[in-house]
Amino acid sequence: MATSHKEVWQRATVVEVRPVADAVQRIVLAPEHPVAIEPGAHLDVRLALGTDTVQRSYSIVDADISGSRISLSVFRSLHSRGGAGLMHALVPGDTLTVSHPLQDFPLRFGASSYVLLAGGIGITAIAGMARVLRDRGDDYRLIYVGRTRAAMAYLDELIALHGDRLDVHVGDENTSLDVRRLVATLEPDTELYQCGPIRLMDAVRREWIERELPIASLRFETFGNSGWFEPQEFTVRLPQFGIETVVGPTQSMLGALEAAGADMMFDCRKGECGLCEVRVLELEGEIDHRDVFYSERQRDARSKLCCCVSRVARPQLGAVVTISSS
Amino acid sequence: MAGTTTAKIFPYPLNTWYVAGWDHEVNRSILARTVAGKPMALYRTEDGRPVALADACWHRLAPLSLGTLIGREDIQCPYHGLRYNAAGRCVSMPAQETINPSATVPSFPAVERYRYVWVWPGDPALADPDLIPDMHQMTDPEWAGDGQLIEAGCNYQLVLDNLMDLTHEEFVHTSSIGQAELSEAEFITSHTDTTVTVERWMLGIDPPPFWRKNMRDKFPGFEGKVDRWQIIHYQAPSTICIDVGVAKAGTGAPEGDRSQGVNGYVMNTITPETDRTCHYFWAFMRNYCLDSQLITTQLREGVHRVFGEDEAMLIAQQEAIDANPDYEFYSLNIDAGGMWVRRLLERMLTAEGRLPVTPVAAG
Repeated sequence: MATSHKEVWQRATVVEVRPVADAVQRIVLAPEHPVAIEPGAHLDVRLALGTDTVQRSYSIVDADISGSRISLSVFRSLHSRGGAGLMHALVPGDTLTVSHPLQDFPLRFGASSYVLLAGGIGITAIAGMARVLRDRGDDYRLIYVGRTRAAMAYLDELIALHGDRLDVHVGDENTSLDVRRLVATLEPDTELYQCGPIRLMDAVRREWIERELPIASLRFETFGNSGWFEPQEFTVRLPQFGIETVVGPTQSMLGALEAAGADMMFDCRKGECGLCEVRVLELEGEIDHRDVFYSERQRDARSKLCCCVSRVARPQLGAVVTISSS
Repeated sequence: MAGTTTAKIFPYPLNTWYVAGWDHEVNRSILARTVAGKPMALYRTEDGRPVALADACWHRLAPLSLGTLIGREDIQCPYHGLRYNAAGRCVSMPAQETINPSATVPSFPAVERYRYVWVWPGDPALADPDLIPDMHQMTDPEWAGDGQLIEAGCNYQLVLDNLMDLTHEEFVHTSSIGQAELSEAEFITSHTDTTVTVERWMLGIDPPPFWRKNMRDKFPGFEGKVDRWQIIHYQAPSTICIDVGVAKAGTGAPEGDRSQGVNGYVMNTITPETDRTCHYFWAFMRNYCLDSQLITTQLREGVHRVFGEDEAMLIAQQEAIDANPDYEFYSLNIDAGGMWVRRLLERMLTAEGRLPVTPVAAG
């Protein structure tokens, strides 16, 4: 039972748009039914992509006290699954279908100290937490990691707000974050909240487990859209139903299989629950595990994958995966 | 007329502390109790810290209160064995090597103070323990006494109305504390942003049976007239501590010298459970004969009987409200205290964005 997990749909009107970093657009929405926003909350957005309706999740960066103005910030990578392009095209006066705010990443109050770690666009989930902890006078550090300063949304505002509680690590300035050192120097009762690329989050998780810190004190959210390879087209075969189909770079394997008529089981669609697990029978390429359901050991086995978010990849050549499903 | 202030079913603020249980009710076993519409599973960690988690497992919403306490602070779902720590984070899931990061149950801020466990059902970011109402007589060595919990079948506001106007004692409590002078005496009402006070003095009267007994505990064989006071101190949203007592008539009690009298504090704090039920925690504390367990027991049992009369009236009133949905409340002069309480509650609800309220029909 998350604090608010029930998807109720409403209309929202775009009231303001502006770029806040390279390829990052801030979009302010006025929802039909405002409710106060908790840090860590997100919105699901329904978008018409060609003839399909796709659903995307975006963290709420900030909102006014009543939730009548909600700000999202959307990163559009070269390989965005199409949704980001539609979001970047919004202009004031447009309307779109959004969920009521959903909460799967709640900030707990009362910890003795906090580390908030944001990588790239992950700052959207973390900025609100940092603001609340600052306002409460809690002991926190905010760590913000990016490739270039120009790509880091809200950097100036965060520096102004958090001063020396903020550590900035920038790839092209050779100030990359030393994850091992970060985790090694934490007080044992620190709570760490992270949102960012899967490589960063996995590195933290690995160190966390190695140091035997309490696993429930490592908090993270992923919408399953970050991987080890750039998304590319591949072929999936499901011999038990006689299905072979191509998964486009902006499509999920689950979506492509459903479109091809396969009766698939799934629930969360973000790589958490494990219900969409399929068995890998043959593989030409590498599995790009984008879920958080498998442990490190299970990922290494390469025999199963969560088809709602995970993909396969093979540089230059087309990857092919043959699977069986429930 | 039917305004918000006279709503028959009054909504309750959420951004506030409510008592979830007596200290002795919250143990290394699990107590199920609904506070402000939120079912909670209450227990203590091994080091004694109170914990209040939402009483529904993240997975399929089985009640955690039917589960088991494990280790120093964990609770295990009775159905599929998911385990949560005191912060409500899942620490163990069946049949998988990782834990779903979404797997949490809400953990409500919980603080033990004044012999009660208080919980904050609203926005946890605002839960400041300094906002707990002052009920220091509950633990102050200058005071002694005990109390109970009434599961009252009425909207919590009806209990507040009851306690803010003690004129009803004359009619409801005829054999114990009621007397005709109650509705004859003047009263003075005042308020601040978070408090309401109603003060009433009855000078040179015969003490009713309850107070004659108390006077004789302190002054054996006492006979004669007394000066009687009732000073009702309301603290938002639902705590009412009533300074009550009598002193030998004309010995200076109204001017501040209570040495020739007996003084009690009726400590009431009312926790909304649902729209039509509440947990009514009360205690009677006294500042004389502090060592007498006999008097503590006699007073607790005596007040229990008196409050039983209130409970019967409140239930009957709630039933009549629900049976007469087309009729509204009207007010009397004696409702000044209760109406200020309603006004302050209205402001708290407005601040939470939970008004306007339309009076709710029975059902």
